[in-house]
Order: sequence, then structure tokens, then C-alpha cells
Amino acid sequence: MNYRVKQTFQTEEREMRAVYCETLRQMAREDSRICALDADLIGSSGMKPFFQEFPDRAVNCGIQESNMIGMAAGLSAAGMVPFAHSFAPFATRRVMDQIFISCAYGKQNVRIVGSDPGVTAAYNGGTHMPFEDMGCLTAIPHITLIEPSDSVQLAQVCRLLQDAYGVFYIRMLRKNAVGIYEEGSSFELGKIPVLRDGADVCIVASGIMVAEALKAAALLAEQGVSAAVLDCFTWKPLDGDTLEAYAAKCGAIVTAENHNVEGGLGSAVAGCLARRHPVPMEMVGVQDEFGEVGTVDYLQNRFGLTAAAIVSAAQKAAARKK
Amino acid sequence: MEKTKELRVFAEEIRVETIKELAHLGFGHMGGSMSVTETLAVLYGGQMNYDPKNPAMENRDRLVMSKGHAGPALYAALALKGFFPLDRLNTLNQGGTTLPSHCDRLKTPGVDMTTGSLGQGASMAVGLAKGAKMRGKDYFTYLILGDGECDEGQVWEAALSAAHLKLDNLIAFVDWNKQQLDGAVDDVLGLGDIAQKFRDFGWHTQQVDGHDIDALWRAVDQAKAAKGQPSMIVLDTIKGNGCRLALETFPCHHLKFKPEQIAPSVAEAEQALAQARKALEVE
Repeated sequence: MNYRVKQTFQTEEREMRAVYCETLRQMAREDSRICALDADLIGSSGMKPFFQEFPDRAVNCGIQESNMIGMAAGLSAAGMVPFAHSFAPFATRRVMDQIFISCAYGKQNVRIVGSDPGVTAAYNGGTHMPFEDMGCLTAIPHITLIEPSDSVQLAQVCRLLQDAYGVFYIRMLRKNAVGIYEEGSSFELGKIPVLRDGADVCIVASGIMVAEALKAAALLAEQGVSAAVLDCFTWKPLDGDTLEAYAAKCGAIVTAENHNVEGGLGSAVAGCLARRHPVPMEMVGVQDEFGEVGTVDYLQNRFGLTAAAIVSAAQKAAARKK
Repeated sequence: MEKTKELRVFAEEIRVETIKELAHLGFGHMGGSMSVTETLAVLYGGQMNYDPKNPAMENRDRLVMSKGHAGPALYAALALKGFFPLDRLNTLNQGGTTLPSHCDRLKTPGVDMTTGSLGQGASMAVGLAKGAKMRGKDYFTYLILGDGECDEGQVWEAALSAAHLKLDNLIAFVDWNKQQLDGAVDDVLGLGDIAQKFRDFGWHTQQVDGHDIDALWRAVDQAKAAKGQPSMIVLDTIKGNGCRLALETFPCHHLKFKPEQIAPSVAEAEQALAQARKALEVE
């Protein structure tokens, strides 16, 4: 793992989906096992160029998520390495049993990509707004759950999955992310990059909340509170060693996720630290609610997914330290 | 025809071994195992390309037993063909066995796909067939669906998809044995004309007596020859066929019995096997 963190909080020039498609095309040129499935959303997933370049290795399944996931398992059994995409709720909760039995229980080699995590589903509203996708899938033994923070990490994750074996879920923002990492950064699955060191409280963030966490840490520094920021991009398997080390070092933890804290990152980190190193903890995230329509900004405020919310949670957690 | 007589012997062997396998356990999915024995005999008795010494042979034909509860019949066929020793059939469903009640590709040599959650095998078979085309392989993928299983929407998703993708390397069967767990298919959820439905979905379709070895063999030949579309062979079968206890019980999807209740069924199946062997000798 060798990463360098930007400190600029600028929105990236390229959309995540463009980088996703470009990376898969490069992989497919090198590796004839790479293939792509979609459920009538190639216009949304940005995968049109892949479908045009590799028509024989791409299947638009139509609006058939169950069949798509089953096909992915079959393609795996035929020796292919499938990447199957739909909007996150339909790529996860709708096809829970297909992922569980056809893919995971049958020990197939499948990558599932769910787009528009949490509030980024914006105008598609509650039906399309997954606050539970990771929570549903975390109950599946041996699955790997990943939420890349920006396009540099997303491209690396796709590369890492080229020769990995198993069932992997990538929770993918489609639009432009806030750039967190410098080009050329590299990562390991299940290993947390430490974006900022700190001594008083540790913020464990994921996805769009990583940028919020970095902003929060800067605000906390102005108040004399030293906050560490961890990018927990792999939710499962969780990097318990790093979490334990920072719980011990900072003595207080705040999780920050664009997901329901019930069954989410908050629950996962709490479950880990309860066993390894319990410390006062607060959870920023959706507090057991359904989604609704609005702009991403509106929804972040509506559900408390902001730097300000992280700052108050950090103060609260730090105050609970004995 | 000697081949027919040989396959009749194989079918009766599968039937005897399956009944004994379940008799040893005292319960199991008897009805749906009995209705597919002839189909398994035709597939593993000559139509399918496989190597029991190398179950993972890359260009082997694949079988997806989507009605995963017919595992016991498939295990009997695989054991008889030498994938594993016949006496292993007595471990069915015992703790630590490699023969679970529903098919598991990770446990049983010769089982190509893990099934048991109904409908999912259909999509996996579509993926296997599409994967063969992507990789330029010329193996066939065989798929055995239950009629009750066709209640599942996923079967029809896969049916649309296989036709759209022109998967002529996919040969599917529906075991139309007219019963599901709770009773008659027509009472639980009527399916109408199964072959017509698949025809409407764009499949090459045939309907055959699923206990007629010759008819089955010819149907598979024709399915292999059909180009540009997937093939469906609707098996007109009797649930529990060849097992007296199953035939006398309704519904017979899952039976639980005492040794003395199943003994006459074993004896009758063994008698049928002896007759089939005799017919082969006469030839």
C-alpha cells in the first residue's frame, strides 16, 4: 500500500463511471476472461464504450437482475470473470438469494457493482436510495464489500479484483467524487489507509463521507482537537488491527457513512471494537430511516451526513472519554 | 436395439440405487428423483461427454440439476458411472457427507452446479452456455427444471434471456411430473401448456414420454441439431415412477417411511432391473 493524500477537496474532473469503464476496457484487452453484464443501465453505468469494444463479452440482460446475477455465477463456472452492474438496491437487496446461493454458497468468482450509494441516488428517491446494501450483503460469509472513495481508488480496486477469486461487491458513486488520492496511489483490500493522524478522536469514514471527515478534522484542529481520519473502504473483511490501534491511540471513535448505521459501517466497527478494544463511539450516518428525493446537498443535510455532524459527534465521543 | 436395452438397464440401476439410498436414510425426495431416472440414463449413458476420472475436464458437457432436490438420483447415476464408489450413497445427508440432499458442486465429484434455491439453476445454465460461446468452447449445457420450479419468475427471466442470446448450446428439460410439494401442480399454481410457453419465448420445443428411453434419446439428438435457439424438452413423467410407495402416496414429493414400508418398493425395482438385464442378455 502506497498512497498520497490530496488536501484540496476538489471535485475530480472525470466521473467515477468513466474511470470504471476505462479501467475495465484496459483489463479486458489484456485478459479474455473479463466480461460485463448490465441490467438495462449501460447508459447510466457508463459502460457503453465497453459494450461497443467487446460486444461478444458483454451482455445487456435487460431488466432482469436475478437472471443477471445467476448468469454471472454461470459465467464464472465457465471460467469468465464477470462484472455485473445495476443500481445498488437492485444489485443487492433485490437479488440477495442469487448472490447468496448462486454466487457465494456455490463459491463462484463474481464482481457485483451497485451504483448510486445512499443519498447520491438523489432524484430517484427512496426506492432507489440504498441505505442497506452493505448491511444486506454483510451477512454473506466470505463476501468482500468495498466502497471506493474516489476514482484513483476505484481504478485500483478493479485492478486488484482482476486475479482475485470470490464474491466482491463494489458500492460505486457514478458521478464525480471529491479527489482524495494522488494518481499512482495503491491500496490493499482489507487494509485501511490512514489519511490523517490524530490523538484525541478517530473518524472512520467511507465513500462520500471521507471528504466530510477530512473537512471535519480540519475544523476540529481549529478547536484544538486532534482527529485521525481512516478511509475504511473495505467494510468486509474489516481491518481490525488498524481499528484497534486507533481505538487504543485516540480513545474515542466516530464512524461516518452514507448508509444506515444499523447494519452499516457503524455496526461493523462497533462489533469489531466491542471485542477488541471498546472505547466511546458515535455513529454518523442514516439513523434507521428510508430515503427520499432531493439534491445530494439537501439529502446530506436532511440525514446528517455532513462535516458539521461529524464535528459534533467527535466532540461528544471525546467528552465521553474517562 | 441394444443401446435402448442397455440404457433401460442403466435407468433401472439408477432407480434401484436411488430407492436404496433413500431407504437407508428413511426419508427423502423420492417422487422427483424417480421421475428423472430415464433422463439421467440417456444423458450419462451416452449423450453427454464427460470423464469420471477427471470430473473437471474443461470441455465436458455440463448438467445443472436446477431441481436440486433430485440430487439423490443424480448421485446414483454418478456413482454407477464411477465418479465415486457406490457405497458412498449410504452417506446421503449424514453429517460430513459429500452427498447433501441438494446438489453442491463443491462437495460431489461430477456435480457441476450448486442448486436447491429453485429457479437459480436456469440462470446459471444460461451463464454457462453464454460463457462457452465467449470462450469458444463447444460443450453443451444441460438443465433439468422441475414443473413446480417453473412457478419461479427467474425461470422465465432465464427463458427470455436464453432465446434472446440464441443459446443453441443449451438443452433444457422440464420434468412435468404434475406434482409439487403441496399437491397437484394444477391445484397449487397451474402452468398451462409448458411447451407452448417456451415456444412463445423463442425456444425449440419438444414434448416426450419422459420414461421412454428411445424417445428421450431422439429428442436429445434433435435438440443438439437445432441451431440458433435454445432447446426445451418437456418430459411427460409420473412422479414416483417405478417406486410403489411413492406411487401410492399423494403427494410424493418428500416421503418418510419405515424399513418395512419401503422394502416392497426396493424388491419391485430390483425385479424391474432383473427383467431389463434379462432383456439385454436375450439380445
